[in-house]
Amino acid sequence: MSKDTPTTPSTLPAAGWAASYEEEPSQASAPPQPNGVTALKPFGWAKDNLFNTPLNTALSVACLAILWFAVPPIVGWVLLNASWSGSSEACREAAGACWSIIVVKHRLIFFGTYPYDEQWRPFLACALFVAMLGVSGVRALWRPWLAGAWALVLGAMGVLMWGGVFGLTYVANDKWGGLPITLMLSVFSITLAFPLSILLALGRQSSLPAIRSFCIGFIELMRGVPLVSVLFMASVMFPLFLPEGVTVDKLLRALAGLTLFTAAYLAEAVRGGLQAIPRGQYEAADALGLSYWQKTALIILPQALRIVIPPIVNQFISCFKDTSLVTIVGLYDLLTAATVATTDPEWRPYFAEVYVFAGLMFWIFCFSMSRYSQWLERLANRYTRR
Amino acid sequence: MTENAIIELRKVGKWYNSYHALRDVSLTIGKGEKVVVCGPSGSGKSTMIRCINRLEAHQTGHIIVDGTELTDDVKSVEKIRRKVGMVFQNFNLFPHLTVLQNLTLAPIWVRGMAKSEIEEIAMMYLKRVRIPDQAHKFPGQLSGGQQQRVAIARALCMRPEIMLFDEPTSALDPEMVKEVLDVMIELAGEGMTMVCVTHEMGFARQVADSIVFMAEGSIIESGSPADFFENPKSERTRQFLGQILEH
Repeated sequence: MSKDTPTTPSTLPAAGWAASYEEEPSQASAPPQPNGVTALKPFGWAKDNLFNTPLNTALSVACLAILWFAVPPIVGWVLLNASWSGSSEACREAAGACWSIIVVKHRLIFFGTYPYDEQWRPFLACALFVAMLGVSGVRALWRPWLAGAWALVLGAMGVLMWGGVFGLTYVANDKWGGLPITLMLSVFSITLAFPLSILLALGRQSSLPAIRSFCIGFIELMRGVPLVSVLFMASVMFPLFLPEGVTVDKLLRALAGLTLFTAAYLAEAVRGGLQAIPRGQYEAADALGLSYWQKTALIILPQALRIVIPPIVNQFISCFKDTSLVTIVGLYDLLTAATVATTDPEWRPYFAEVYVFAGLMFWIFCFSMSRYSQWLERLANRYTRR
Repeated sequence: MTENAIIELRKVGKWYNSYHALRDVSLTIGKGEKVVVCGPSGSGKSTMIRCINRLEAHQTGHIIVDGTELTDDVKSVEKIRRKVGMVFQNFNLFPHLTVLQNLTLAPIWVRGMAKSEIEEIAMMYLKRVRIPDQAHKFPGQLSGGQQQRVAIARALCMRPEIMLFDEPTSALDPEMVKEVLDVMIELAGEGMTMVCVTHEMGFARQVADSIVFMAEGSIIESGSPADFFENPKSERTRQFLGQILEH
């Protein structure tokens, strides 16, 4: 047994290393290994990189030990000993994870308190929405008709979610929950916050004192307050200021709170980009006679936004996860719906599985955004070298 | 000359906080005249030409360009900027746009020209600055000399009546200076009104109708190239010429 320990993990990095060897021929002519036979390379590599100094040897041994103790139990819990279907009794007998709870409760987790028999409607709405987001990410499809397609899809989503027409029963939006709430809140607040943040960032640099002070005040206020209190203000305090009889939907209030909060953070990211643009760009645009808005829209923003794609996407991801805080104003996002799923006495012991699953859902969306932003960055910087 | 004056500076003064950058600068430039402005660094020569299209605002005195006085009024600034093209030391091309887009952007948005029409004109100017084959490249893919020639073509596409050059060859490698100066000499031959801040005294001798020498924010002397180089009036001018011509 002890003989196997160093070989198994060390083959993995060695394989990756061998692959990169082929891609970079300049490195391939590195000093020849003493036993330069291909089959022995993993050993030689491990010796040179993992066990070359006493400290490295100690660290390598420690890492291997941690892997040795951590990986088998995790794999056992997640896969080998897990219970995949059946009742909660079956789960009690299994030593591993109880994935049956996901199978049993997935509709509650995804769609919350939406009427059970009508849950194909939020499913279809979400599928349309995600498909449309995917389509919008493709460069070749950035055409005017895309705006029309969005209008259609949003209309269809409204019909599906609310119903009340075409023979669909009406479902008030306080019954909505789960994935549709998370997706819609995050995508709408990101979409609304982005242009708002650009205006705030521009306003912060304005030469008009009133606009500048307002923008600085707004950004600093929003950044200085926890999101929970912004949501609370939007949900509890805001209605107090409305005239009698006027009500603004709870979902809309949460959306507004989230949008304003995200916009304040985004504005600072955008400002970073604005400051990176050399003064000569402003002067060249001025000298050509471009107006302020032409200069901003055609010269400054296209360059500034490219620079700040990473921090902007960072904020997008952050906003996506922040939607889980709307639970404090009584909205059922994906995470809240998952929590509700764990309150069933029969399945109560298996809350960990539900949170792992909810975490995985969040991760899938956030990781997609992250990968997309990397592609976008490459696209934006393909031709522009300074 | 004053009768067809196109640029008139009357006792123009400017301060950066307490630093007095321009002291009562008065200068009249006639239509079609080529003026070279020289002087030691910090003498206010760049500040002066940047006041002519209001990249810098003057604080006292008057600047009148083609009959319009420059004031805080945005209208007057816009009107004058349409007539005045500018070329910068660091080119200041728009790096996210192709060469052709750099040229056509302002005519399309400021002059409201049709894209096809201005693209044809832009290609003509690119031919004149001898880089039509670079039209679809990005500025970052061009050499410094090529970028500066694009910048000249970009300014010309706006059909300006006056061209301002702010040390157009100072940021270039020595072997690229000539290609830019050649374009400027050709332009001068076509009767464009030109105000050029430069240390290229060969260019000044060949092209300038008059040379303005500035130091410490004031115009020390001005005159024809012959007078300026052969019989400088002030001690300060002789000192300057001694320094730049002798090395």
